[in-house]
Amino acid sequence: MNRRPFLKLVSALTIASALAASAATAETIRIGAVAPKTGPLAGGATVTQWPSIYLWVEQVNAAGGLTVDGEQMMIELIEYDDQTNPGETIKAVQRLATQDDAHFIIAPYGTGLNLAAAPLFDRYGYPQIAVSAITDQQPELSAQFPNMFFTLGTTTALAADVVKVLTDMRDAGQMGDRVAMVNVADAFGIELATAAKPLFEEAGFELVYETSYPLGTQDLSPVIKGAAAAEPDAFVAWSYPPDTFGLTEQAMIENLDVKAFYTAVATPFPGYGARFGAAAEGVLGAGGVNPDSPAFMEYAAAHEEVTGEKPDYWASATTYASLEILAQAIEAVGLDRAAVTAHLRESTYETILGPISFDENNSNPDFWTVGQWQGGVFKGVASRGRDGTVPVILKEGWE
Amino acid sequence: MSLTATDIRNLCLASLVFAICALLPLGDQGYWLGLGVTIAMFTALATSWALFSGPTHYISLATAAFFGVGTYVTGLGIDTLPFWSLVGLAGVIGAVLAALVGLATLRLSGVYFVIFTLGLAELVRQVITWVQNNSGQKGLYVLTDLDEAGIYWWLLGLSAAVFLTGWLIGRSRLGFALRIIGDDETVAAHSGINTARAKVLLFMVPGAVAAMTGAILAPRYVYIEPSLAFAPILSFQVVIMALLGGASRLWGPVLGVIPFTFLLEAVSSNFPNQTTLVIGVAFLVIVYLLPGGFVGLMGRINRHLNTREGA
Repeated sequence: MNRRPFLKLVSALTIASALAASAATAETIRIGAVAPKTGPLAGGATVTQWPSIYLWVEQVNAAGGLTVDGEQMMIELIEYDDQTNPGETIKAVQRLATQDDAHFIIAPYGTGLNLAAAPLFDRYGYPQIAVSAITDQQPELSAQFPNMFFTLGTTTALAADVVKVLTDMRDAGQMGDRVAMVNVADAFGIELATAAKPLFEEAGFELVYETSYPLGTQDLSPVIKGAAAAEPDAFVAWSYPPDTFGLTEQAMIENLDVKAFYTAVATPFPGYGARFGAAAEGVLGAGGVNPDSPAFMEYAAAHEEVTGEKPDYWASATTYASLEILAQAIEAVGLDRAAVTAHLRESTYETILGPISFDENNSNPDFWTVGQWQGGVFKGVASRGRDGTVPVILKEGWE
Repeated sequence: MSLTATDIRNLCLASLVFAICALLPLGDQGYWLGLGVTIAMFTALATSWALFSGPTHYISLATAAFFGVGTYVTGLGIDTLPFWSLVGLAGVIGAVLAALVGLATLRLSGVYFVIFTLGLAELVRQVITWVQNNSGQKGLYVLTDLDEAGIYWWLLGLSAAVFLTGWLIGRSRLGFALRIIGDDETVAAHSGINTARAKVLLFMVPGAVAAMTGAILAPRYVYIEPSLAFAPILSFQVVIMALLGGASRLWGPVLGVIPFTFLLEAVSSNFPNQTTLVIGVAFLVIVYLLPGGFVGLMGRINRHLNTREGA
């Protein structure tokens, strides 16, 4: 074996790592990020989480960094793939906290992975501004993990506002009270269905069809056929990304005749609008934004320019807002994590979603709950405390 | 049972090693303890896996199924029962489930058994999801005071119990019967060994251990989702680690667990964008370069040295 090229490679690597090390010792803020790049949640994380993180780092550094105690500090991003495995999330957060000495860590992606990381964020005193962790347990969780903050809302609010939107439509005489409700038999789908059922009954709706299907079901035509046979006025699916697409496709094939069609997670993804085009018109889904607000338009344009992808119409903007909040808190009180956490509890932050502050349960009370595809854009039609909701339109066919 | 001087020396050495390992949380509460939890978890899983699969040569991919059952036992019971009883309960349920599975499948051999165990995790997952779906949301949140050190000690205790069980089985009639079954099942049957009974009994050990491991780790995950609790990758990781170490010796798998944990750690910290790819390549390298695992490698080196001395 000729050792020369090998030696050259080794010395090049040594020099490179030495340079990297000296660059790191210059005044930078080390921000850790861990989220799926592979595994079941990678599809969601690469639309919602990672691009907003890259955009934020790029923008902050382009502006000369964050002002900490009167000094400009650039951001150094340290990122890890947790493979959608809570054990890996735990290891990565531990590595960020103890080996990489990260100043701050961006909350992971998904309810399960956020909660797996929560004990570590708590132990090392990192503020955890969770986005894609929707739960009704916010009081219990914030009591157990006082550094954990919630931005995207609660399960019950998400379900209740769908019921409210449908109630308003019925009371306006736009449709009857027959509802077909289905759910994916997995954690969040079950939580939403459990929350929604009594609310529908309370509101005087008749659940004419109810079923569930396992996660990963390929053939969803029995679900849509069963629903169609019950002749509902509204179809509501507490669904996950693959079945959100699958159910919509089957509804198109069966030409499901309903006045309101709702699918949950991933309906606000740009890929949904791109795939179904005009057929998506009038489809209701979980989340929403005010796409006409100048702040969102500016964000969406920058998102596309920097990452080459469009943001989704829900959690992307909230993810970005959570980073804006973190940046503002750091600029206000510096790199002391306890001070940043205290600041999070007390202050109001200006974000692209509008002002955000946290209540006594560390949760943001102002969030979007229901949106609808209208004219190729997913617009918020119901929210808790957010401006810019637009009126709901009827679902008229699948053409 | 009579203990020879070597046995007593080995027992003392093993106790000493476990005692030293138990001191880890006193030295570090962070990064190294986190790795310690991973190593202790896979030591229990891989060693118990090899107890069954080593002598019988049946490759079981059911670890994730039992592990998931264990996490759900804790998830569903944490509000009503004390934690230690849940770990015990998970062990009993895991053993019973393994016995049922064993009775149904251990008459099958070779590839049929592998495929059945691979499907088992999905089957159990669907059953649990079905029950949850029909009873409303239950057992999703596990909030306890158990910290990383507590979890580590539980797992270490479980690993010690696995080693003790393995050592006792190796000295027993059952262990002898299993070695014969592994060498030639027909011969074993003709010698009057009830091969089905022996295999089912032994299969209950990894079943119980994996369920207990899941029960112990549930508080670490806080939120229990079927897709996370029954992740099939776990079954494969256990097999790879046990084979890397060598499944023919009781202490073989742990020789695979420790380097593999560090390898995974190095890969995921240095190649955040290609983690899965690099792990896949590592799998291939292990299979090609170390077919008998580290135990086999040591055997080869020993033989090599012996022939040299003889020459």
